[in-house]
Amino acid sequence: MKRLRTIALGLVAASSLGYGAIGSAPAAAAEETIKVGILHSLSGTMAISETTLKDVMLMLIEEQNKKGGVLGKQLEAVVVDPASDWPLFAEKARGLIQQDKVAAVFGCWTSVSRKSVLPVFEELNGILFYPVQYEGEESSRNVFYTGAAPNQQAIPAVDYLMESESVERWVLAGTDYVYPRTTNKILETYLKSKGVAEEDILINYTPFGHSDWQSIVAEIKGFGSAGKKTAVVSTINGDANVPFYKELANQGIAAKDIPVVAFSVGEEELAGIDTKPLVGHLAAWNYFMSIDTPENKDFIGKWQIFTKNDKRVSNDPMEAHYIGFNMWVKAMEKAGTTDSNAVIDALIGISVPNLSGGYSTMMPNHHITKPVLIGEVQEDGQFDTVWETPGLVVGDEWSDFLPDSKDLISDWREPMACGNFNVASGKCGGKGGS
Amino acid sequence: MTRSSNLLRIVVLAGALMLAASSAAAADMAELVKALATGSFSDREAAITALAATGDSRVATVLQALEAGELYARKSDSSVFIGRKEGTDIALTDPLTGSTAGTAPSGELDRIKVNNRLRRAIEAAMGSLTLMNPDPSLRHAAAEAVFKSRDPQAVAALDQAIAAETDAGVKSILEQARAAALLGSDAPEDQKLAAVAVIAARGDRDALQLLQSVHSKSTGALQSATLAGLRSIESNLAAWQAGQNIWYGLSLGSVLLLAAIGLAITFGVMGVINMAHGEMVMLGAYTTFMVQEVIRNSAPGLFDYSLFIALPLAFLVAGAVGLLVERGIIRWLYGRPLETLLATWGLSLVLQQSIRSIFGPTNREVGSPSWMSGAFEAGHLTITYNRLWIILFALMVFALLSFILRRTRFGLHLRAVTQNRAMAGAMGIRTPWINALTFALGSGIAGIAGVALSQIDNVSPNIGQSYIIDSFMVVVFGGVGNLWGTLVGAFSLGIVNKLLEPYAGAVLGKILVLVFIILFIQKRPRGLFALKGRAVEA
Repeated sequence: MKRLRTIALGLVAASSLGYGAIGSAPAAAAEETIKVGILHSLSGTMAISETTLKDVMLMLIEEQNKKGGVLGKQLEAVVVDPASDWPLFAEKARGLIQQDKVAAVFGCWTSVSRKSVLPVFEELNGILFYPVQYEGEESSRNVFYTGAAPNQQAIPAVDYLMESESVERWVLAGTDYVYPRTTNKILETYLKSKGVAEEDILINYTPFGHSDWQSIVAEIKGFGSAGKKTAVVSTINGDANVPFYKELANQGIAAKDIPVVAFSVGEEELAGIDTKPLVGHLAAWNYFMSIDTPENKDFIGKWQIFTKNDKRVSNDPMEAHYIGFNMWVKAMEKAGTTDSNAVIDALIGISVPNLSGGYSTMMPNHHITKPVLIGEVQEDGQFDTVWETPGLVVGDEWSDFLPDSKDLISDWREPMACGNFNVASGKCGGKGGS
Repeated sequence: MTRSSNLLRIVVLAGALMLAASSAAAADMAELVKALATGSFSDREAAITALAATGDSRVATVLQALEAGELYARKSDSSVFIGRKEGTDIALTDPLTGSTAGTAPSGELDRIKVNNRLRRAIEAAMGSLTLMNPDPSLRHAAAEAVFKSRDPQAVAALDQAIAAETDAGVKSILEQARAAALLGSDAPEDQKLAAVAVIAARGDRDALQLLQSVHSKSTGALQSATLAGLRSIESNLAAWQAGQNIWYGLSLGSVLLLAAIGLAITFGVMGVINMAHGEMVMLGAYTTFMVQEVIRNSAPGLFDYSLFIALPLAFLVAGAVGLLVERGIIRWLYGRPLETLLATWGLSLVLQQSIRSIFGPTNREVGSPSWMSGAFEAGHLTITYNRLWIILFALMVFALLSFILRRTRFGLHLRAVTQNRAMAGAMGIRTPWINALTFALGSGIAGIAGVALSQIDNVSPNIGQSYIIDSFMVVVFGGVGNLWGTLVGAFSLGIVNKLLEPYAGAVLGKILVLVFIILFIQKRPRGLFALKGRAVEA
């Protein structure tokens, strides 16, 4: 037994040494590539939303490689699965930057995952492109926010409901974490500034993955029966949306009676449910798959060929990655290097076409310009645009509706180089700012 | 509200003028139908109003098609047709005459879109147009639509309809609609007071809404009458709301019961803490998914029976896995609870990952058969069909298990082993075999629970994780090895949770229930219905 064990151990040691030697040799001989980190949940409650972002990144990288790569080198994707586990996001981010030595990371969805990786990116001076709508109140030198800030999604949606649907009573329903909590704080202040009374606002939070919506939907029904037009502003994230909409349908709440405008439900989330009872419910985004422009048709065509599925849908965070990736490529070409500092400085001012027929520009506060679209759910799971802003809106992460942030601006260009500069006091709030 | 009341006003006036139809009017109709395709949403709303004002019976068909998304406009000449999809072409019919107008490729036509505002306008218009329709269900819907829009000018038309009405149910709705319309008009006060009484008798949320708006605009006797009506409706509704919360508690309790009952048996008989119990639920849910996939691909007509087919399959699959687990892993770890805990925890991770590798990490769509969708009203309670069936199913499973335990030989052996293992062995019962079959039974029941839970929760590799904690909670609270304990424990926890939820919120409600259980087991460590006996308490 003992001899067998020693022999076995010896074999294992020898093979690992040999494998290591063989393994490292080709790497040294192989052509150098620019590595791109992809940090999206491929399992867990957020997989329903994030898996498609990993796929679109792979498509964009393949496209770019066909065009010759960047700076003469091919791009290489490094995909990791943080599994909807927020602390794991930080661990994986660290691995991507330190071990895999990626030049930039495209990732995160929930704000809690972003907050979790923020210290890692700031410590290791990495670059993160964050493609999802969020609550603002943050501006980091190492993060480029290609998703919507509240003034590019939440506020216009509320304006639309107030003006076009004459809504007077509001239910703010969200998942219990930082994004819905902060967004609802902003919306509550905004609504009150527009004259909505306190008793006409109902705020409600549920945990991730919540599946028993009976009581809450009944409460919404009751709240909506007080004689004034009521709407639900939903910041519910992940697969909890599926039983929520099912319960709305089961309890007979139609969009024409109590419309629900969602900020985290797009074509991808609707792909898995029967959308017939949801027709007329709303979503606020900066892009819909149904936008009729040649650029969008071209993008969707390539996407469906890449995924070998002609029923595959596209959505807003995918467009954000499209914009962010193209901006990053352009910045690297402008700076002539993949070095973080050079690329971070080169990114500001870069303008690339978006998929709705216009251009998107990277502003000094690391946000981009986007149009705002309100769409209604159609039977086939697509959105039909019912309203859009006449022009592009610049992202403003420091909300004017919260007392702590209304005096703050962010400008990462020299000499200010500050994420939370207080214009009232004339001082910079500190490194990074969040 | 003003737009729809304008609508009804025009409709009622037009109704009296219906005799004035002429060829000129026919040409106007075509123009109005064309107007549905052009302009902004508010222009189209005006077109709907104008169409309804003609009072023409053909308008109903046009508006129905518009709402259903079957109205198309040809891009070349903006002429409007009702269309039905035939592959890539669309079969066209003239909206006013109903005659076929050939087919056209879908690229030549634009579907005329509607938004929420237009849908409301269409609903109000349809209501007024179908008040005298021969079909009683359509008349019912029309009366409800008129009740919601409350236009004072509709009183005359409603009087006409009430006089001609034969169906008692529709008649009462028409009277309520008339009362609603009256309250918005300049009728004398005594008529309005009578109307308030009719509305208060209806007593639901729409009535509450109506009386609130009347109350804010009225004075004197009418104001106090509406206040009294509001009070009575509110107290009535509050009682019904409490009933509704109890219903929600029962449905949550049934879910807990289904998830926990298998665990109660295995824990009771063998004292094995099975952390992989949630994964048995997951296996049942995925079996349902597989069954539905097969049905979808080869026999779509059987979809409504898919759950019945999935039930025995889920039981067998989960039961077989349970048997393998017991014979393969648990058997070697009897008397070592910590190792069993660890081993079953590892097993749960293995099972989750295998499912993830086979089916992918994202959620899988499990559809509901038609008899499980929707809801019905019982008094003022909204009862959704899926929850109702799950409660009945949980009770059936409980009854079945009780039967097995009390009336079968296997049940007798199982109870004997639970009460005194050594003695049961001495009496000739093959305890290792009982262990294996019990574990298989517990897992099989969990599989069946998975079939039911696939209807109300997302089917993903993590579905088991959501139920394992709740299952242990119920078993600890209700008492181990006793089915009644599980039943009472599950339903009481469900009801307490749902009664707390409106006040404390979902997250805090769960926390409070957990705290309550912790305090409870300080007093009664063995749970609600503890087994008694020297061997058990040892």
